[in-house]
Parts: sequence; structure tokens; C-alpha cells
Amino acid sequence: MAKPNLTQAQHDAYWSKTSRLMWTILAIWFAASFVVHAFAIQLNEIVILGFPLGFYMAAQGSLIVFVILCFWNASAQNRIDEEFGVAED
Amino acid sequence: MATDTSGSRSFVANLGKVYGIYTGGFIAFTIVLAILEQMGVPNRWIGYAFVFLTIFVYAYIGYLSRTMEISEYYVAGRVVPAFYNGMATGADWMSAASFISMAGGLFLAGYNGLGYVLGWTGGYVLVAILLAPYLRKFGQFTVPDFLGTRYEGNVARLCGVVVLFCASFTYIVAQAFGIGIITSRFLGIPFEIAIFAGLVGILVCSMLGGMRAVTWTQVAQYIILIIAYLVPVVWLSTKLYGIPIPELTYGKALQQIATLEQKLNIVRSHVQPFTDATGKFSWVEFNNFWALVLCLMVGTASLPHVLMRYFTTPNVRDARQSVGWSIFFIFLLYFTAPAYAAFAKLEVYQNVIGAQISTLPAWVQSWSQVGGLLTINDANGNGILELTKYAIAGPILDLGELRINQDIIVLSMPEVAGLPYVISGLVAAGGLAAALSTADGLLLAIANALSHDVYYKMIDPQASTKRRLVVARTLLVGVAILAAAVAGTRPSGIIQMVAWAFSLAAAGLFAPLVMGIWWKRTTSTGAILGMIGGFGVCLYYLIATHYFAMPLWFGIRNISSALFGLPVAFIVTWVVSLVTAPPSHEMQEFVDSIRVPRGEVRWSGAAHE
Repeated sequence: MAKPNLTQAQHDAYWSKTSRLMWTILAIWFAASFVVHAFAIQLNEIVILGFPLGFYMAAQGSLIVFVILCFWNASAQNRIDEEFGVAED
Repeated sequence: MATDTSGSRSFVANLGKVYGIYTGGFIAFTIVLAILEQMGVPNRWIGYAFVFLTIFVYAYIGYLSRTMEISEYYVAGRVVPAFYNGMATGADWMSAASFISMAGGLFLAGYNGLGYVLGWTGGYVLVAILLAPYLRKFGQFTVPDFLGTRYEGNVARLCGVVVLFCASFTYIVAQAFGIGIITSRFLGIPFEIAIFAGLVGILVCSMLGGMRAVTWTQVAQYIILIIAYLVPVVWLSTKLYGIPIPELTYGKALQQIATLEQKLNIVRSHVQPFTDATGKFSWVEFNNFWALVLCLMVGTASLPHVLMRYFTTPNVRDARQSVGWSIFFIFLLYFTAPAYAAFAKLEVYQNVIGAQISTLPAWVQSWSQVGGLLTINDANGNGILELTKYAIAGPILDLGELRINQDIIVLSMPEVAGLPYVISGLVAAGGLAAALSTADGLLLAIANALSHDVYYKMIDPQASTKRRLVVARTLLVGVAILAAAVAGTRPSGIIQMVAWAFSLAAAGLFAPLVMGIWWKRTTSTGAILGMIGGFGVCLYYLIATHYFAMPLWFGIRNISSALFGLPVAFIVTWVVSLVTAPPSHEMQEFVDSIRVPRGEVRWSGAAHE
């Protein structure tokens, strides 16, 4: 069975787009998981609504980023699928 | 819910209605109990009503979902919509550790405890981008199935099963322990008996219907656990600050805590990152924070009971969407937990410390009567509860004359907020739902690996459907009894055991799963040696430091032992893959085919089922 509707070149293009999306999200994930909190002590100097910012980022800020990343991944990958005509019916 | 697939479909079409009625019914039930309480029904009966009725409902769903079909039993017929799979994953994921212990851990450790909040949510990003859609496309039944196919043979499959068993069994013992604590407290029966009573609750959900039953029970359990978690803290937020959004208002509580910390001379600030007991910055705490966050996140993306939830969606698109819903439903609880911690700390600093012992708030009185969870000792005999020290010993905050166990923070919140006892019953039902749902998911992951991967794929590939299901159910009961027996020996520390499970899974499974999908050059020998190496190092560090007092490497605690196993797994897999012959053309085709949502999976055994 041949690759459905895709030549090897198209397949590679599809995969490189998918990979680029993966690395982009992975980079934001890394920043939200680790980089931000390395500056927690400095960020705590800023206080918003009573929340020291460093504490807030670890308690809520990064979590919101994670939720957005997961939904964004789903919709961006869907667009790539449709662009290459490999989305499921 | 009939036992055939078309029955499943019509049931799926009505999910919104079914769970809407269920949620309304549960709220009505809580209100009726509240009225009964006002009419003088004793608290004890309200506790019974919550525990028994909820378990009965789960059992009933389990019974309705009974099935004799293989794909219904293993992957719920692959009809679970993304939204509901997200809820089921939420319940599957959030265990007694999240529900009961996490807010308490934050209460004790302040900022440093946020490592758990971050670690237990961020892993879903890894699941979404690296694994879930591709495992769904692969479309078999278990995680070892993928390893056995990608790495061509039963050696890789067996390695996967061993890691899965070690990680999931450690995890399930912790859950059985949690179920024992809740059941014994609210039914008033001895701990050892309570564990086995809870066991019945687990088995009725999963035994007859496998994944199908567990899925629909977990959705029901999520609804109860999230209501139970949010009600007391929303109520308290409204009472203290007039706004029913605790996640917004606890900033004020944090400020009040900071003021009180200065007044009471508490050196360890609640919001200051990476501090040791003296309140100073500590490199050991700094390093351990990162290590824990990384291990929990990678562990999330490696635990088979989580990954197998994404085998149940109708297609790849839904699998991706479903990860979004999963983390959203988990987020609802996790971003509320720090509010619990802050409100509880404010209450203790404001109304307990420095108070006359004879006029302490009612919740302190009532919890000081439950064995050792909260103790008051007026050492200098002046009738005032004074803060004479500040130390954390295991799960206990020691303030000198007052000692508080972290596990009562969530459980006591209804009384702190001055709510009727019916809300305490609700919280108990929520904790039980959290522990039962996770235990069910884990039990199924273990039993499926043993029945499908070991028995069917390795021992008797000719076995009939009926025989396979009988074996699956027998193993389910066997593993459950074994877990309860081990939990009965009271191995200490729920959170510690859970964190070990994450490290074991991360070190053993993450590298072969991710590299198998993302690097076509990964060879069978490379992956097998990588699994053995990574898991071996992790296990060695864990056992040597825990049982043989081996000094810690770089001060990293053994709850983060995957920090050492994980790089070993990746490097060994990479190096060995490069020196062995590249995978066959067919295998590369297979990898290509699971990377694309549409089209068939190209693999010689694909037509098998």
C-alpha cells in the first residue's frame, strides 16, 4: 500500500512542519516550566493583587500557559493536517 | 448501555443528558442530606450515606458497562469523545495524593511545595506534542504493545511490562493506603479491614467492564471530586473577602500571612522560593525543586495508565483535543490547591496561635480528637497556645505547642469555613472518588499488560476471546488483593511512593517511547539496552539511598531518582542505535505511517485484530 495521497517529499514536508510546531511548543514549555522560576526571587519583588509575581507564576501563571499550549497544539496541528490533506474524515 | 458497539454509540450520543441528570441528582442528594442534618440526623449517618451511595453508583455504572468484547474491554470501544475522555483522565490522574495531601504539602512547604503543582500539570504538554496522537494512531491496546511492535519482539515488550508493573504497582499501593485511611475514618472500622472494603469498591467498577466501565465511572468520579474540592474553598473565599473566586482572593491572604509571619517571628516565609528551614536560600532546595519538576513532568508522559486513556478516543484529532481537556480539568483543581494552603495558614496564624486554649476554634477542638493528626500541648501551662518553634518533620508542621499533619488541611476546611457537616461528608466522597478512580486506572493498566502482553502475546497467542477475558479478570482480582495486602503493612508516605512511581516510569519508558516515534534510526537493541540502563540506574539509586543509606548524589532526594536514569536511557539508546544496523525499511515505513493521522498503520501484524 502506498502512502495515502502523499509522496515521500510531501510526507517529509508534513513532518518537518509538525516537528517545527513540536519544537516551538517544547521551547515555550521549557521557558514556562523552568526559566521563569529561576528568577522567582527577583519576580517576587513585584506584587499584584497581593500575589508576589514569582509565587504567582509557579502557582497559576505557568499552569495557564500549559493549558493554552495543549489546546493550541491541537488546533495548529489540525491546520497542518488539513493543509496536507491527511486529516481524518 | 447494551453490550454491543451500537449500544455504545447511542449511549455516547446522550452523554450530556446522562451526566447532566447525574450531576443534578448528586446536588439534590447533597441538599437532602443537608436538610436531614438540620432535622437532627447524626453526622455518622451522613458519612455513611456519602460513602455507600457514591460507591453504589460507581458499581452500578460498572455493572451497566459489563462487556464480553475485547476492544470494549481494553479500549472502551474507542468511542469516548475528547471532552469526556478529558474528564476521565482528570479523575484517573488526580489521586489521594492530589486531593488530600497536596494542599497540605503547600501549607507546610510554601513556595517549595509548588514543585508538585508545576510537575503534575506541565507533563501534559509533553503528552500532547510527543506521544498521545501517535500512540492513538498506532491503535493497539497497551503501551507495551507499542514497544513490542516498534522494537520487534517480546524482549522489548517484556521490558515494558516490567517497568509498567514496578511503577504502577508502587502507585497503586499508595492509593490503596489512601482509600484505607478515608474509609476507616468515615466508616469507623479498622484500617486493615477498611483497605479490603475499599478494594471491593475498586473491583466492582472495573471487573465486569474493563476500560469501558472504568471510563464512564471515572467521568462520574471527576464530577464528584471537583465539586467536593471547590465548594468549601469557594465558600471560605466568599466569607473572608466577599468574592467567590478563591484563586483571585488568596493574594490578600498571602499578604496577611506575610504580616503575621513578621509579627510572630517566623523565619521561613510562605512565598519565598528555595529556602531551607532557617528561611535562607539553599542550593540543595534549589536543585531539588528543578529535579522534582522534571521527574514529575516526564513521569506524567510515561505512566501507562495515563497514556492508555488516549487509546480510547475515536481518532487522532480527538486524542490531541482530549489532552487539552485533560489538563484543563486537572488545572481546575491544581490552581485552587494553593488557595487552600493560604487560607488554612491564615486561619492558624490568626485564630489559633496566641489564642486561649479554652477558646480555640471549633475545628481545632474536633480534629485534636482524631488520632494524632493535630495535637495541642500547653508545655508551659499558661493556657495560651504559643508558637515556640517552627519545624517541618515529615508530613507534620511543628509549632512547638501545636503540631498539624498536612493531610487534615483539605479534610478540615469545611469546619474551618464554618460549614455544616454535610460538606465534610462531601469532601470525604470527593477524596474517595479521587483515590478509587486512580486505583481503577492503575489496576487496569497492570492487569491488561499481564493478560494482553504477557499471556496473549507471549504465552498463548491462540487463546479464545472468552479465555482472554477470563484471564484478564482473574489477574485484575489477583493484583488488587496483592496491592491491598502490601498497603496493609503501612509502608510510609503516600506522596513519596507516588513520586517514586513517576521516577520509575520516566526512567524506563520515556526514552523508548519518544525516540521510537521521533527518531527512525532507533534500533531494537538500542531501545532495549536504554530501557534496562535507565530503569536500572533509577532503581539502584532509589533502593541504595532508601534502604542502604547510600549518600545522596549532589543532594538530590530519591523521589527524583529519574534525574539520573533519564539521561542514561537516552544516551545508551542513542549510542547503541548508532553502532547497530539501522531498522528495516518496513519498520521505517511503519514509523512514517503512525506519524500521519490518515491512512492505515503499515505493519505486518496490523490486520491482526
